[in-house]
Amino acid sequence: MSFLLECPRCGSRPVDEFAYFGEVTRRPKGSASLRELTEYVYFRDNVAGVQREWWQHRTGCGEWFLAERDTRTNEVLAIHLPQPERAQAGGAE
Amino acid sequence: MREIFFPKRMWRPRGDLKRRYDVVIVGGGSHGLATAYYLAKHHGVKDVCILERSYIGSGASGRNTTIIRANYRTPEGAAFYRESVRLYERLSSELDFNLMFSQHGHLTLAHSDRGLVVAQERAEVNKLLGIRSEVIGPDRIRELCPELDLSDKPAYPILGALYHPPGGIIRHDAVVWAYARGADRLGVEIHPYTEVTGFERSGDRIVAVETTRGRVECGQVVSATAGWSSLVGKLAGLRLPITTHILQAFVTEPLKPFLDVIIVSSQLHVYVSQTDRGEFLIGAEIEPYTTYKSTGTLSFLEYSARHALELFPQLEKTKVLRTWTGLCDLSPDYSPILGKTEIENFHVSAGWGTYGFKAAPIVGVTLAELVATQKTPALIAPFALERFYTDTLVSELAAAAVSH
Ligand SMILES: Cc1cc2nc3c(=O)[nH]c(=O)nc-3n(C[C@H](O)[C@H](O)[C@H](O)COP(=O)(O)OP(=O)(O)OC[C@H]3O[C@@H](n4cnc5c(N)ncnc54)[C@H](O)[C@@H]3O)c2cc1C
Ligand SMILES: [Zn+2]
Repeated sequence: MSFLLECPRCGSRPVDEFAYFGEVTRRPKGSASLRELTEYVYFRDNVAGVQREWWQHRTGCGEWFLAERDTRTNEVLAIHLPQPERAQAGGAE
Repeated sequence: MREIFFPKRMWRPRGDLKRRYDVVIVGGGSHGLATAYYLAKHHGVKDVCILERSYIGSGASGRNTTIIRANYRTPEGAAFYRESVRLYERLSSELDFNLMFSQHGHLTLAHSDRGLVVAQERAEVNKLLGIRSEVIGPDRIRELCPELDLSDKPAYPILGALYHPPGGIIRHDAVVWAYARGADRLGVEIHPYTEVTGFERSGDRIVAVETTRGRVECGQVVSATAGWSSLVGKLAGLRLPITTHILQAFVTEPLKPFLDVIIVSSQLHVYVSQTDRGEFLIGAEIEPYTTYKSTGTLSFLEYSARHALELFPQLEKTKVLRTWTGLCDLSPDYSPILGKTEIENFHVSAGWGTYGFKAAPIVGVTLAELVATQKTPALIAPFALERFYTDTLVSELAAAAVSH
């Protein structure tokens, strides 16, 4: 079976309603070298375990949000809306 | 006479691990086994072991839909896969094993002007490299595959196709077993149920491999772990530009044979072939999210069955027999990641996405040469991991997203 994902606005919906935008990555700061930029664009941790990742409720309300999902079981442990302050401070979101 | 009633082992049961091997190959799929075979066969490197966490062929090598073809989009890709098809054509006699390779032709349908343009581009690249490949119209398609619905009834009527006569299907298990047996006969050790759990590094070199059955020292390491490449890379301290997804397929109950060719439709996200047993073998695209959970989904069955019926409405009453799933290691440009890494004696075969089975023989030949000579063969130089550091990609998106 595929799995259910919880949209922060609409609640539990089949995963096929959502668009997946990959694991959360860290954008290099300032004037980055080519190597830092290509690391950021192409390289991924691709963990077998809990992953923080981007989703959008594409065929629903359109909201973008973050989920923590165990990629070994597809169990979704947490979802939350992105926080702009954190994004500015850590650059992680 | 009596011995025909007893199953014969195809390769020796595993013994104890030795303290050291010249070459340790991680992953007992088609790529690892082929590399071991050609190391021993072409280069006399026989102090080789294959470490496989489960049974031999348990990964994607035992789960793919066995499409073999060379009609890729980039000159680098097409030249590489062309050599693999040539090796496959001789492989049954080379390995003395009937691999049931049937080259009945491969059709990539075009349902739009854009689709026809892409087909034309691929045909031109292919022809320059001596690969048989041409764009054909509906009349010729009807001759090759009269059962296909070529009417204007489907949502996306068929306008033409890229026709690749040497494309075909093979018995994937036989390929795995034949390489394993061939490698074993040349002295390679095969260790199923032996998972690699770590690497011992000294500077830029790997000195030993830790496994669930103890530690082995090594001269060189090859990781041929496809969907698990990021995890094995991480154990060695190497980050890769790969994401792992599942790909699914299903077969129907057997029918009277009526489909010789392989039919692929990128627009409908589906492909169809008929096996030697008469089953219709139907596959689609990967699931978009990354996962290591090999469980199939109902939505896959629904949409791929619906789309297959757009092509072959006469399958309407046919029952689905079974469905399965395998892990795929997707690279950003749909081309493989092959050869040397920044760890001096750690080489990779990865980034195979949904299309790596057809490459097993040429991966084996070229990686064996690299390990034996320390030089990267020209054929695989474009696929070095380094291209992602320098941003010089080899995009096969047009020829590899749905066509495996
Ligand atoms: C449904 C499906 C359809 C496909 N269709 C096609 C097709 O039509 N044509 C085509 O060319 N390709 C196709 N592919 C892709 C193709 O199957 C793969 O690219 C190819 O088989 C990869 O071979 P491999 O030997 O590199 O990997 P695998 O066969 O996956 O072998 C990797 C092995 O590494 C082992 N391993 C992993 N981690 C460890 C560890 N830590 N220690 C020890 N061992 C480990 C795994 O158990 C596994 O056996 C398809 C794939 C799927 C899933
Ligand atoms: Zn929503």
